[in-house]
Amino acid sequence: MKRLLFILSFVIICHVGYSQDILVKNGTLITITDGVKENTDILIRNGKISQIAKGIKAPSGVEVIDAEGMYIMPGIIDAHSHLGIDAVNEATDPNTAHVWVGDALNPYDVGIYRALAGGVTTSHAMHGSANAVGGQCETIKHRWGVHDPEELRMIGAPRTIKFALGENPMRVHGEGRGLTPRTRMGMEQVFRKSFADGQAYMDAWNDYNSGKVKTPPAYDLKMQTMADILKGEILIHCHSYRADEILMLMDVLSDYGVKNITFQHVNEGFKVAPELAAFGAHASVFSDWWAYKFEVYYSTAYNATILAKNGVVTSINSDSRELIRHLYHEAAKTQKYGDLSDNEALKMITINPAIQLGIDKEVGSLEKGKDGDLAIFNKHPLSIYAIPQKTIVDGHIRFDIDNDMDDIRLDVDPTETIPAYIETQSHGGHSCGDGCMQGVAEHLLHKH
Amino acid sequence: MKYLYINIIVLAGLLLGCTSSIHSQITKKASYGNFIIKNATIVTVTKGTFEGSVTIQDGIISGVSKSGSKDKTVMEGGATIIDAKGMYVYPGMIDGGTHIGLGEIGAVSLTQDYNELGDFIPHMQALTAVNPSSVNIPVNRIAGVTTALACPDGGLFPGTAALIHLHGYTPEQMFAGFKAPILNFPASGKRGRWDRRSEEDVKKDEEKANKKLNDIWTKAKQYTKIDSLATAKNKKKAGFNPQMDALMPVIRNEMPLLIVVNKDSDIKAAIKWVETQNVKAIFMGVAEGWRVAEEIAKAEIPVIVGPVLDNPRRASDPYEINYANPGILAKAGVQVAIRTNETENVRNLPYNAGFAATYGMGIDEALKAITINPAQIFGLGDKLGSIEKGKIANLIICTGDPFETKTDVKHVFINGWNIPMESRQTLLYDEFLDRSPGMNK
Repeated sequence: MKRLLFILSFVIICHVGYSQDILVKNGTLITITDGVKENTDILIRNGKISQIAKGIKAPSGVEVIDAEGMYIMPGIIDAHSHLGIDAVNEATDPNTAHVWVGDALNPYDVGIYRALAGGVTTSHAMHGSANAVGGQCETIKHRWGVHDPEELRMIGAPRTIKFALGENPMRVHGEGRGLTPRTRMGMEQVFRKSFADGQAYMDAWNDYNSGKVKTPPAYDLKMQTMADILKGEILIHCHSYRADEILMLMDVLSDYGVKNITFQHVNEGFKVAPELAAFGAHASVFSDWWAYKFEVYYSTAYNATILAKNGVVTSINSDSRELIRHLYHEAAKTQKYGDLSDNEALKMITINPAIQLGIDKEVGSLEKGKDGDLAIFNKHPLSIYAIPQKTIVDGHIRFDIDNDMDDIRLDVDPTETIPAYIETQSHGGHSCGDGCMQGVAEHLLHKH
Repeated sequence: MKYLYINIIVLAGLLLGCTSSIHSQITKKASYGNFIIKNATIVTVTKGTFEGSVTIQDGIISGVSKSGSKDKTVMEGGATIIDAKGMYVYPGMIDGGTHIGLGEIGAVSLTQDYNELGDFIPHMQALTAVNPSSVNIPVNRIAGVTTALACPDGGLFPGTAALIHLHGYTPEQMFAGFKAPILNFPASGKRGRWDRRSEEDVKKDEEKANKKLNDIWTKAKQYTKIDSLATAKNKKKAGFNPQMDALMPVIRNEMPLLIVVNKDSDIKAAIKWVETQNVKAIFMGVAEGWRVAEEIAKAEIPVIVGPVLDNPRRASDPYEINYANPGILAKAGVQVAIRTNETENVRNLPYNAGFAATYGMGIDEALKAITINPAQIFGLGDKLGSIEKGKIANLIICTGDPFETKTDVKHVFINGWNIPMESRQTLLYDEFLDRSPGMNK
């Protein structure tokens, strides 16, 4: 019986997956970039938003959803997550620019479905923060139901890379391995050396390509990646907390003419909000996490508001398998800690993270031509009483509360004999800090 | 050696940095006296919701009256009047399980006071280690949480928890009148993905822990019997045995035992153990309570559930089951309180309750789960948890439904003290929203 149900669920998922045309009628559309439109229809064809208007007639063969009384917003985007990847940290060197989390995507991670059930359609699967220059990240679409890892990728999303400042790399390499950086002074020099090496590598290739030198330089993926950052082909997402280290990295980047950076977590970003705005740096923050380590002790939940009011493009992220399920609630906290308007609050989980990931032409708002990614709520998404009803990715319904199996796993192991109970969170809070330290050996973390 | 030396310097530096900052809450003083809160919508929790006024005198709610009633709110010596027109009065929220006051900075172990060495240490008193000057306290109380259970954690019997009000200059001033030892009920099965023990070892460890628990309990019963005899015959007590002394009130049913238990089969085992040993129990955590709600209800054991904002425990579980858990338990007839199990973000208690309300519990029951229910579970139903005459003046005045994220809490009273609505986080906001100097030197 169970097996039958499982097969049936599989069939349903696949069936849903085939349609890329959908008409959502009579809802309240929160477009983000063009106001709120009541009692309006939105038509998705071939996975893209093709029309937003009142009284759209359903073209034949197009599934119609009546969303009267419902709120429809763009699919939520999380600029900092570790869902859907099998490895988070390659904690073996202060610079691991050559590694890439996209090498090991896992479409069976139930966290993806749970995120969809919170209206999240796109996330930034990031390398961890063990290294100053971490690995490259992958922007994924939550196409739950696909079995091919390739289908998780958001094709066309720019390359991104993780950098990390402060305690994590200092602890892993400085304390744990006796390697620079052990301090924030060392931190700066690791970046300067990495960029200088990348520059030299790029120059060597330029010399070869222009014929100045006859033999080609040895190919080095790490250095090639640094060169690609210098050329502006990779967006930097930098784990950071303290104001001083943020200023330091902006100085280093200025010296090398690198402009594209989003500071992640950035708990003390509020202290240097004018500098961040002047540099054009973005910020992706927690709504209220703090005090889980010393470098976040002087935090304030008003961080997002202060940054936004100072003109910094700011998003609210999860960095957590739990928080990602209610980012709409996390965004609402900007109305408690700083009285942001509904639209300002919702921008933090839609268009702003899209800008930070370089995908704002494709997602992040309800506009004609953009991807058909919708989150449908029964109440205003900033209300605690809102329940996500349907989540649509590229015109596919990937989560539907009316068609939600109790057991949603796609890869049930029939030989499983042990009770698959996992102590997910013995302690509320985040005593181990951010999720960015997954995969770093315990002995490294707790060595003092 | 050099490496060690440098580490010591780093550690000392970190400690110095901590002590200079931890020991100041950096807020104004609270004020005391007579208060009249007028024109508010009063959500009493136990006696309905109505427009009216609340008076506070000597730290106690001295009167609650409906608008238009003949009760005169006259106070000798005058009173501070708060016009709460358009606003709402709720009881102060009670978090049924936290580490607040016991932990300052997660990753700095020397600031973590809830986890003492040892597996059988019920005599470790949380109240002893509560730091009244923790920066966490103002941050969390201005969100409307006035009272919280400060819990030790760790081994089988990690210590004795204490209920504290989030205001006061000494632990004794903060103490809210409830203490009980904690038992982390022996867990069966693996503890997480990182748990590499073999099935055999898992089973062995479980049996060992159960045997240990039962051995301790047998001894505690004998110890209590001997103590009773000695007292009856006016004889000197047996030697120094603080562990056993800490368990005696539980053996005598004068105090409940807080039993942390999460997995369904463990909950069943705990119910059986409680019945066999005739213990007055409160269950905490109870993540899989929804699987065994009827059994818990039948055993009439109250529960402190949470965190609600948490992932389900099994990959196969419905996505929303943790949100729905408190409601399922309440519907089965279990008395339910909610906890955050937080240290620095106890302020998210109303949102844990709000999600429970949304996913089946309903607003009224969820509100009870963070007010009157924990008060009753802790044996303080006559003192805390509702807006009633004669109760301790723990109340909040807010702009709307406290579960709604954007609602602002405007006033907090704890033990009748009018709490300054600031914390280091609000002060940083005030200083940095419009920083001076901005970009110029």
